[in-house]
Amino acid sequence: MDIKNGRTVKGVNFVDLRDAGDPVELADAYSKAGADELVFLDISATEERRKTLANLVLRVAEKVNIPFTVGGGISSVEDVDILLQNGADKVSVNSSAVKNPQLINDLAAKFGSQCITVAIDAKQINGEWKVHLVGGKVPTELNLFEWAKEVEERGAGEILFTSMDHDGTKDGFANKALARLSEELNIPIIASGGAGNMQHFVDTFKEGKADAALAASVFHFKEIEIKDLKEELQSNNIPVRL
Amino acid sequence: MKIVIIDYGAGNIQSIKFAIQRLGYEAVLSNNPEEIMEADKVIFPGVGEASSAMKKLKESGLDTLVPKLRQPVLGICLGMQLMCNYTEEGDTKGLGIFDVDVLRFNHGVKVPQIGWNQIESLESPLFADINEKEYIYLVHSYYAPVVEDTIATSNYGVEYSTALHKNNFYGTQFHPEKSSMVGERILKNFLNLSTTN
Repeated sequence: MDIKNGRTVKGVNFVDLRDAGDPVELADAYSKAGADELVFLDISATEERRKTLANLVLRVAEKVNIPFTVGGGISSVEDVDILLQNGADKVSVNSSAVKNPQLINDLAAKFGSQCITVAIDAKQINGEWKVHLVGGKVPTELNLFEWAKEVEERGAGEILFTSMDHDGTKDGFANKALARLSEELNIPIIASGGAGNMQHFVDTFKEGKADAALAASVFHFKEIEIKDLKEELQSNNIPVRL
Repeated sequence: MKIVIIDYGAGNIQSIKFAIQRLGYEAVLSNNPEEIMEADKVIFPGVGEASSAMKKLKESGLDTLVPKLRQPVLGICLGMQLMCNYTEEGDTKGLGIFDVDVLRFNHGVKVPQIGWNQIESLESPLFADINEKEYIYLVHSYYAPVVEDTIATSNYGVEYSTALHKNNFYGTQFHPEKSSMVGERILKNFLNLSTTN
């Protein structure tokens, strides 16, 4: 879920919601529909963003009985402390970790690796996977696999990998890169970007060796029902909570 | 019913408070020994690193209080691990309630284990109306092997204890407050245990 000023942005098409813009209501609906975990990405850029986000986290924790991760603009130990105190289970850092890799060590030491997710956006340039910042807009010199390894060594508990080449295509996840990450690293990898149909999820668990898969629009627009998806995964011998 | 969540500065206790609230009860956060002793039910949470959590517990003097409690006590996640004899994490001596040493996962699996897993071999009123192989949510790098006090097991490269019980003490490696309806039922079962204070 993308959040701006405490509201869900990007369209959501949940006919059974009173207020599709309220992240808490959407979170509750997803939790009841069988989602295993929720991720909130804050994209607001206002002065009050910290306070608004902390308040949202508190309201989600009050309502929802499954784990959730919060990311977007987190750049200090203090930011994380506030979010965890308000009930977030995990936080995700992205650009701030690239700019200041020591942040990962500091967060892992203070809060434990288990609640530190590092989000990595990458796309291929001349055949090489390069890490990008600001939602994939700004390229860096970092190689995806080297950065992922460094992130693990610095204490990240999990990696959320979004392929900018696949995001929005609805053509399937970046399974080759995912499988390589999964083989080279010893922490869980979440696949993100490219989900279009149920087979894509089956493929990313089997071929991409992903530990979890994340999607937004296919769920927001009810193109895939979570229950159907889980049944499909189970019938393909992928263990899921039903 | 008076429910106290022991507040010694170790981790996310807001979620436990809210989970109890969803069950229709109010829990109090406290590090006050008298308030803890007078409670009908005590929850001993914990998230983070073992040696620093134990240090905080000692600083608040609660390390000697917890093992003396007589009412039902539920340790969650690191709380459960600290109730054991010892944990490899930070070479930490525990409270010695459960007679088991906590070890690091080392069986060709990804560490930490983050996500949903199944519980089985359920042997306790804590699991009333819970089916074998239900899913619960876990986040951990260390585990308690299967021992006499084990009342539920899971498998993650190795079969291990996902819940322990001895006398009035219960411990769950998983987070009932994050384990959807199954977790809520387990929390409710804990709150329904008779209080022998």
